[in-house]
Amino acid sequence: MTPSALVIRAPGTNRDHDVAFALSLAGASPRIVTMGELRTTPQLLIESQMLVFAGGFSHADSLGAGSLVGLEISRFLSDEIQRFVERGCPVLGICNGFQILVRSGLLPGSLTHNESNGVESAKGTATGFTCKWVTLAPVPSTPCVWTRAVIEPIECPIAHGEGRYVASPDIVTTHGALVYENGSNPNGSAGDIGGITDSTGLVLGLMPHPENHVLVRQHPRFGRGEHRGLGLTLFQGGVNHVVARG
Amino acid sequence: MRLAASAREMFPSLCSSLGAIHQTDLYFADRLLNTSERKQLSDAFVDPAIQQCAWVDLGHGLDLGRGLSFVEIALRPGVTDPVGQAFAKAGELLGVAPFEARTGKRFTFTSDADGPELEALVRAVTNGLLHNDIVDEVVYGELISVRFFSDASSPGIDVVPLRRLSADQLLALSASRGLALDLAEMQEIEKYFSSVSRDPTDAEIEMLAQTWSEHCSHKTFRAYITWEDGTVVVPLLKQLRVSTETIAAPWVLSAFVDNAGIVAFDEQFDAAIKVETHNHPSAVEPFGGANTGVGGVIRDVLGVAADPIAVTNILCFGPLDTSADELPTGVLHPRRVRDGVVDGIADYGNKIGLPTVAGAVVHHEGFTANPLVFAGCLGLRPIGLELGGAQPGHRIVALGGATGRDGIRGATFSSLTMDATTGDVAGASVQIGDPIIEKLVADALSEARDQRLFSAITDCGAGGFSSAIGEIAATLGADVDLDAAPLKYAGLAPWEIWLSEAQERMVIAVPPENLVAIQTVCLRHGVSWCDLGSFRSDGQLVVRFAGNVLVDLPGTFLHEGRPQRQMVATRPTAPAPGVSHRDSADVIARAGALLLEMLGHSDVRSNESIVRKFDHEILGATIGRPFIGARADGPSDASVLAPVSSSKGLVLGIGLNCRTGHINARRMAEAVVDEAIRNAVAVGADPDQIALLDNFSWGDPKRREVLGQLVEAVEGCCAAAVAHRSPFVCGKDSLNNEYVTNTGERRSIPPTLVITALGVLPDADRLISSDVKRAGNVLLLVGSLYDGLSDEGLRGSVLDSVLNVDGPGLVAGGDRAAPNRYRELHRLMVEGLVRSCHDISDGGLVVSAAEMAMGGRLGISLNLCELDGDVLDDDVLVGALFSEASGRLLLEVESDVAVIVVRRLEASVVGNVVDAQTLSIASGSRSILNVDIDELLVAWKGHAQ
Repeated sequence: MTPSALVIRAPGTNRDHDVAFALSLAGASPRIVTMGELRTTPQLLIESQMLVFAGGFSHADSLGAGSLVGLEISRFLSDEIQRFVERGCPVLGICNGFQILVRSGLLPGSLTHNESNGVESAKGTATGFTCKWVTLAPVPSTPCVWTRAVIEPIECPIAHGEGRYVASPDIVTTHGALVYENGSNPNGSAGDIGGITDSTGLVLGLMPHPENHVLVRQHPRFGRGEHRGLGLTLFQGGVNHVVARG
Repeated sequence: MRLAASAREMFPSLCSSLGAIHQTDLYFADRLLNTSERKQLSDAFVDPAIQQCAWVDLGHGLDLGRGLSFVEIALRPGVTDPVGQAFAKAGELLGVAPFEARTGKRFTFTSDADGPELEALVRAVTNGLLHNDIVDEVVYGELISVRFFSDASSPGIDVVPLRRLSADQLLALSASRGLALDLAEMQEIEKYFSSVSRDPTDAEIEMLAQTWSEHCSHKTFRAYITWEDGTVVVPLLKQLRVSTETIAAPWVLSAFVDNAGIVAFDEQFDAAIKVETHNHPSAVEPFGGANTGVGGVIRDVLGVAADPIAVTNILCFGPLDTSADELPTGVLHPRRVRDGVVDGIADYGNKIGLPTVAGAVVHHEGFTANPLVFAGCLGLRPIGLELGGAQPGHRIVALGGATGRDGIRGATFSSLTMDATTGDVAGASVQIGDPIIEKLVADALSEARDQRLFSAITDCGAGGFSSAIGEIAATLGADVDLDAAPLKYAGLAPWEIWLSEAQERMVIAVPPENLVAIQTVCLRHGVSWCDLGSFRSDGQLVVRFAGNVLVDLPGTFLHEGRPQRQMVATRPTAPAPGVSHRDSADVIARAGALLLEMLGHSDVRSNESIVRKFDHEILGATIGRPFIGARADGPSDASVLAPVSSSKGLVLGIGLNCRTGHINARRMAEAVVDEAIRNAVAVGADPDQIALLDNFSWGDPKRREVLGQLVEAVEGCCAAAVAHRSPFVCGKDSLNNEYVTNTGERRSIPPTLVITALGVLPDADRLISSDVKRAGNVLLLVGSLYDGLSDEGLRGSVLDSVLNVDGPGLVAGGDRAAPNRYRELHRLMVEGLVRSCHDISDGGLVVSAAEMAMGGRLGISLNLCELDGDVLDDDVLVGALFSEASGRLLLEVESDVAVIVVRRLEASVVGNVVDAQTLSIASGSRSILNVDIDELLVAWKGHAQ
């Protein structure tokens, strides 16, 4: 079967096409819908098996990144998304999508302004928006369905200014799904956390962009003979989960 | 933290007591919110784990404690405030009764100082760093009251008495309205209105000023120019067009006629490209100026019905260590200009979702009062969806933002020389962009184009509706009903609506039967639209407002009525070299130290800290990044975008040199064209399919010597383009980049030519980069090693700059052998024989080798000697190591193919990649320098690894 995947676009979402491309390479059939369409036609969720909140700057990051869409979800769509998850369907939020999932309460913790992790300047200094590549490995014990096909660490870019994950140590331990490796923590996140899952393992939020490493030529050291860590494996994990359930 | 650090850099003595500057975001509602409304809003938006929130009734004091001082800054009414709009939307989502919202910021200073000392600090930092009178209001130590627009009645249409005015009166009218029209032009307008027996309306005179402005009609590039001896110069724009026609490349699909140049790319898409300047706005409001510069050039690409896929920028600033006391009145500090411009570019590019790729940053004293901001946009246009053109009866539909009093007279503003009051008079001419709206407009347009819903399109740039509708209606004419245009607020005069340069608006021509479908597309994407009228067939442009005629002009007079400007140019002569000049023995003796200095030179050093603020990964097409190599921190020659659906890549190379144009503008132009092409070729672009864009930023062309340099530069460009068979497809000039100081001193920028080369990488999997790959490989120099070089490329070099001399020699110019050399190099690349390749430009061979070693984190050992292995003379060595002559590249090849490559390129073997972390250069048995890669990196990046 080909799982049908909804990619949600709010005003300011801008990685919707990148995510849709990754999903189709992974074997899903993506459809980009606006927040407005999702609100007026929640039926779309019943007809789909995957839900992805793509990255960007929804509503220009006003009132905190992801907060306006988070509010829309918690007020108008939380029951529908709850049922979607109860049906066993996986949900993914990337970058601004992660911020939306946190703000809507679908994932625990908070995301705030990047701080340096002591590599480039004094600890605790705000570093602002940064775009660079990181290495992201699954937490071995995570119940997350998305990371099950991730055999080797994913290498992919980040592009954010508010990705520092803040939560209590036990939430980090219980819900951490992906961690920055090799000292590549780009934002000062607690426990080097790059991705968080919920208690079902179906909902995953992460700051980096695996959708921007789905072709080997996208790797920055492709010309040096390095082609490893495709982010495509993350999307394949989601697709495999849906296909296995039939 | 960054703010306090910037403040200390800018005002070191004043800020010795400064602790931190803490920023608080302020949200204002235009009515009192009750307790439950406040609770709803803060519950929804304040994350107590990371944020705090307080509510204040304005009018009641707030005790912010002792030892602290603060300022509050808010955007002026009418300045775009998307965050404020979002706050109001949040209230709507929560079911709170409607309110209007605006935003501001509070900056709280902690300091050991108090009293007058603290106040001086707060005021200096606020003026120098935080507040810009053009877009915001400020209050010190008290709560700011944000003004909301109240209903205001609209002024009507004014008639401007013009007929029978004397020459002096006409010029006075041009000056008082800021029309920037000269006497011949004013007289032509007077003659026209006398012939139709009426005076113009305010809208007509403003529209003519805008249509005939330097910015829109390129008077200088179309002018009748003679040299002082009477010799006639072919009009500059014609020279550029003729050079393109001479080359007659079949893959050029549109050159010089549309909003952007268009060339063939692959079997699915053509490529569209445009590079613009936004210099004057960026000088007075760096964030907003650069921000709307990016937004504007993206609209140029939307304006040829293409989908934008990347943005570029080239930035020219004054020296960052300029003392704040030395600045002329009204000039912002280069550091503030840089930070504002960079943030403005990042804000627009990142939010609209385009990778910001190719770029360059240079510094020069001449840019202190006149910073330059070049912004480019690359797009893809699906083959088979070309537009048919507007027809009589097609509707005029505007999409996007509402119209306000933004950017009024931007076109004429940019055509004037600036002075200390420019910041005040230009108040309305700079805006802050709204990339989210433009993204929605772009998505809607893409869908509407794919459904073939519109027949013509253009952007609302300088001149707003007036220029957009005027352009499409140039031959057809149109009936426009301005009442239909949605306004941001009341109180606009009709001429202001017609001329407003409010951002994020596009105009399309829609066959009437497609209006319903357009409405559906706009609704889905949340884009506002309005129907402003229809196209006629008789060429007359008629605009009405509230039933009255606002404009009634024939397209022929608007677009062809301007008298051709007559100009005289003086042939430039190269200034004599300075008295102190370089001493070759000394240069070679301290070559290692000089290399480190050159790596830290402002035209060479790494600008990674800037580039990392830009998202260069979005869309997944960026395979040639701004920084590359083993640790992704080495310099790249060109950016490459391979759309995920394509097997090919689009290459963007840039050429720029601000150090040599004042010495020899013609040679500078030849070299800059060569550099842009060479950068593209270095990463694998096919030299047989490279298109060029020219951007001239110059001083006031009414000064004969300035015009002379411009003429020579254009001639140099055309000669180089023809030699390389690389046609120009698009260009833009920004003139009058001069500044008159308080003491009446005139300051001009250095002649600045930016050439953008757009090439095609035939196989996206065969990208070449500059970082060295493997120890044992051989390094070859392509182009002159030292024979035939003489002292070419040393004058105006980075070497002379760090030596602080103006030495003898020729500035870099063209290289006749380069076009064929690049073609043979490309064939070798296609055959897979080239491992890495880097151009030799700023800093010469020695800097190029250092950059290749840093990128690959592998050592390089060079030996530059006579054929028999003898040591070279010092003079010859200086040329070989430091010359910036054109046409030269460094190649890395595997040892078993080195002989073949040497033969086919007439290249010289100069060394090897070595398994050591050192760059070493020798001449025969004489060691010239030995520097560790770590040392190179510290010098180039400005900090330890």
